[in-house]
Amino acid sequence: MGEFLTDNIKTQEYFLNMGPQHPATHGVLRLLLQLNGEIVENIDMDLGYVHRSIEKMCEHDTYQQIIHLTDRLDYLSSHMNNEAVALAVEKGLGIEVPDRVKVIRTMMSELTRFASHALWYGVNAMDIGAITPFMYGFRERELINDIMEETCGARLTMNYNKVGGVRYDLHPNFQKKVKDFIKHARKKLPDYDAVLSNNIIFKKRMKNVGFIDKDNAVLYGLSGPTARGSGVSCDVRKVHPYSAYDRVQFNEITFTEGDSYARYRVRIREMWESLSILEQLVDNIPEGDYKVKTKAVLKLPEGSYYQKVESARGEFGVHILSRGDKLPYRVKFRSPNFANLSALNKMAKGVKIADVVAILSSIDIVVPDIDR
Amino acid sequence: MSYLSDITGGIKSLLGGMTVTGKYFFINFFTRKEVITEEYPDNMDTLKMYDRFRGEVVMWHNENNEHKCTGCSSCERACPNGAIEIIWKKEVNPETGKAKRAIDKHIYHLGMCTMCGLCIEACPTDAIEWGQDFHHTTYDRTQLTKVLNKPGSKVISGTKE
Repeated sequence: MGEFLTDNIKTQEYFLNMGPQHPATHGVLRLLLQLNGEIVENIDMDLGYVHRSIEKMCEHDTYQQIIHLTDRLDYLSSHMNNEAVALAVEKGLGIEVPDRVKVIRTMMSELTRFASHALWYGVNAMDIGAITPFMYGFRERELINDIMEETCGARLTMNYNKVGGVRYDLHPNFQKKVKDFIKHARKKLPDYDAVLSNNIIFKKRMKNVGFIDKDNAVLYGLSGPTARGSGVSCDVRKVHPYSAYDRVQFNEITFTEGDSYARYRVRIREMWESLSILEQLVDNIPEGDYKVKTKAVLKLPEGSYYQKVESARGEFGVHILSRGDKLPYRVKFRSPNFANLSALNKMAKGVKIADVVAILSSIDIVVPDIDR
Repeated sequence: MSYLSDITGGIKSLLGGMTVTGKYFFINFFTRKEVITEEYPDNMDTLKMYDRFRGEVVMWHNENNEHKCTGCSSCERACPNGAIEIIWKKEVNPETGKAKRAIDKHIYHLGMCTMCGLCIEACPTDAIEWGQDFHHTTYDRTQLTKVLNKPGSKVISGTKE
């Protein structure tokens, strides 16, 4: 604690708790702000409020049973998390899934990504003080939730993937509903820009706030839209294509500004890309089986297997260490949110308290994924 | 100069946003076409969940109070959370006088269930299935432990594992 004399006013450094019950931290995350007046000097992050020891629980579950636990990590991109585990185990067992499964998985991932970004769009606006965009974001998300509920059986924790395919075949209404959704979303997305992206207050709150340059973004291990806002080309879908991403055309969105507004624009543009991927696949779902027959007891050969996917927030990785047993010896999840949050201190140094909320919101964290 | 252009640009952007919100306001005021919210507890009569919706695990019974569960414990082994317990009893066959193991209770702990669906996939006789009810709130957690086979129910004769 140091004392300062600025403009003949004696000030003192002090600490402020943000959280663990602060609505802008999207869960239970405690930030200890070290302040000088209203200027943030340093941020200490206190994690672990929603720690459920999921990695340890995985050591007691078989490979089919692990998948449903990953729903509970980053619950807004649960489908990608499921897919990562399924792909890792399939890689270890040498299972080649049918084309239909690959396309279904890709479509579901993109729907989930859109839903996640739509929710983030609303929540981001809400953090900054606008209520209306929240309703618009949830309107589109609700349509996707309906599609998910009809095909997967749940709205949030879909648990749709399994080792060797997916759990159910697509619902007969799926194609029609996705087409309707694409048409609807293409009409509504320009509203997003009119209401929020071009709004002068929003722009002033987001532009030149929370800057992180390209080198530091790489240094901190950022991934996903947070890194792409700083010009790092890191889209796993492009760099290491999995499932059906090698057969669709889409652009990797990067902006070089590195501020909160760039991260915002990356996500808005990614929604458009998701729609274009869905449009390419919705009429080209190959016929075939939706799963391959696997053994009742899966035993992964001894060794370590790593599979990464692009979740809505960045690179989600699964590292399975097997000793040839039916249970994994160790499972490690590489969560994008943990790395993204670690850069908050760098981004928020020297800004005002209110900007911390805007920056935290622009990173788009999901706390259960950080604590695991 | 930039001060003035800031003000005009700001007003323009605000008006752009107001056009969108105003559009929805008037559409919904006159036609209610774009209303997306539902009044949840009031629409209970018309609310229908999708067939695949995972609300809770239920056991199917026919009109003679018979079910298909042989008590093979496949679901118990498949459950990652230990939410299912099968309790056995000894049943004496009146004709031959031999004692045979039979299912007594199929206990389902809803409070421990994560709705992963592995039990239903594991069931060899399709005895358990998804129920669409999602009103699980109770005042006491003991009420979340359910016995799925109804009292006095029997296995449909001829059901094989």
